[in-house]
Amino acid sequence: MPAGVKELVALHGLDLDVGEGEFFGLLGPNGAGKTTTLGILTTRVLATAGQATVAGADVINDPVGVRRRIGVVPQRANPDRGLNVLENLVFHAAYFGIPRGEAIRRGMEHLERLGMQDKADEKVDALSGGQQQRLMIARALIHEPEVLFLDEPTVGLDPQARLSLWELLREMHRQGRTIVMTTHYMQEADELCDRLAIIDRGKLLALDATATLKAKAPGGTLIELELDGPPGAALDLARGLEHVTGADATDSVLRVQSAAGGRIISALIDTVERNGCHVKNISLTEPSLETLFISLTGRKLD
Amino acid sequence: MSSSTPVSSSTVFYALLRRDVRVARKELPFFLVRTIMQPVLFLIVFGFLLPKMGFMRGGYQTALLPGILAVSLALSAIQSVALPMVQDFGWTKEIEDRLLAPVPTWVVAAEKIAAGVLQGVIAALFVLPLARLIMGPIPNLTFVHAGSVLVITVLGATAFSALGMWLGTGIAPQQIGLMFSVIIAPMMFFGCAYYPWRGLDAVPVLKYLVLVNPLVYVAEGMRAALTPEVPHMPFLATVAALLLVTAIFWQAGLRSFHKRAIG
Repeated sequence: MPAGVKELVALHGLDLDVGEGEFFGLLGPNGAGKTTTLGILTTRVLATAGQATVAGADVINDPVGVRRRIGVVPQRANPDRGLNVLENLVFHAAYFGIPRGEAIRRGMEHLERLGMQDKADEKVDALSGGQQQRLMIARALIHEPEVLFLDEPTVGLDPQARLSLWELLREMHRQGRTIVMTTHYMQEADELCDRLAIIDRGKLLALDATATLKAKAPGGTLIELELDGPPGAALDLARGLEHVTGADATDSVLRVQSAAGGRIISALIDTVERNGCHVKNISLTEPSLETLFISLTGRKLD
Repeated sequence: MSSSTPVSSSTVFYALLRRDVRVARKELPFFLVRTIMQPVLFLIVFGFLLPKMGFMRGGYQTALLPGILAVSLALSAIQSVALPMVQDFGWTKEIEDRLLAPVPTWVVAAEKIAAGVLQGVIAALFVLPLARLIMGPIPNLTFVHAGSVLVITVLGATAFSALGMWLGTGIAPQQIGLMFSVIIAPMMFFGCAYYPWRGLDAVPVLKYLVLVNPLVYVAEGMRAALTPEVPHMPFLATVAALLLVTAIFWQAGLRSFHKRAIG
């Protein structure tokens, strides 16, 4: 079991299919439905409609079968504080029927790989945030699941801990494990995932290989001008400016794609002010998944 | 991979229980203080000081001992389930690793209740000799019906452990203090623990009102088993009542746990 990992998720009609060995990302802002999607796939949230299959097991009719095949890394590290570091791994293994001797061997192996073998007998509270999150990954892998689910695994970690966690995840991926991860960090999705689903408000906005999605991002630098009122005629005038490849507006925000980076800013401000608007804030975003997301949703990711 | 091999629910149940025993052993000193403090204070004042001062008649200690045992095991069983549930579901989310175990969710809840039963029984085992130590020789105390004592201990611990599951998963974490003052305190004081049920003949309304309180049946069952000379309810009636409340709390506790576990 199984030839491929198939998932069909209904969340306002969210249809996804993740292949075996794939590193799949669910990218979207907070409240997009990422955690709910993961909750359904990991049998912690009961779907009211639709169906989903994980490694051949149906999440609604066979939740026990699903749990047997998955490992889950939560958004916030939730180690068992009544137990020490190694016991966290050994007992979790025991919940999956792995004998104690084997569990200790695997647990020590994981701790060594994470560079935490000297922490085996420590209290969980003695670990840093990054180490706790690594422990969560080791715990999720101790029973050798077919699919690893991670819910925003690097939220709250410092940049260094985030980078080393990424390295760990890349290694998991190289070993051929199927990984499904949610994130609202563009860079994280970009660095790690083979394929991405961009979701917002429970709807699928885009689904493709990460590189393909980036290529779809609107060209040029995105310049956003926050105004004190609707831009009105300034929108059309902005479109006519040199180096401007596109422009649109929502409420009091004027969004302009520039082929010349920030050099058109003064011309833009001039245009807007001549139309009786004042600029309250300006932001520039280089072409990326971020600009794609903005062009899809009309708002920023965080 | 090994993960696809099915595991029996009993294997997982036993592993979960081993986890709770491991944690309880680490916390044993705190557990004992928590369990023993309240009954010891009660025993010192009502079982030793007041009789010594002559405010209590001699027979009171005999009526008090089974009640103290009942309160200790009931409180211990409730707390050992309710407090971790409130914490785990409220903020630490620590129980989530167990909710991912490959068993039906109710098995995880049933194991928690079983662990609570163990703690209730252990509490009773510790308090009984302590009571004897503080109060001195207790007239009419008999261990002839040890089997009946055990039945009431286990049944009572199960009823209150299941009640702890219900309360712990049903109450918002901010209201845990309220649980003690609004539910547990009245239950203790109107549980016929500190006076026999027949004593309420003096206040008939109360005599029938307290029958909704499950602690009454633990205390009266203990009296029937330990100090049969003191007026008490028929033993089998207390067993039947405890079986009934256990069934009710078990159902309610498991349902409430499931609601919290699966969103």
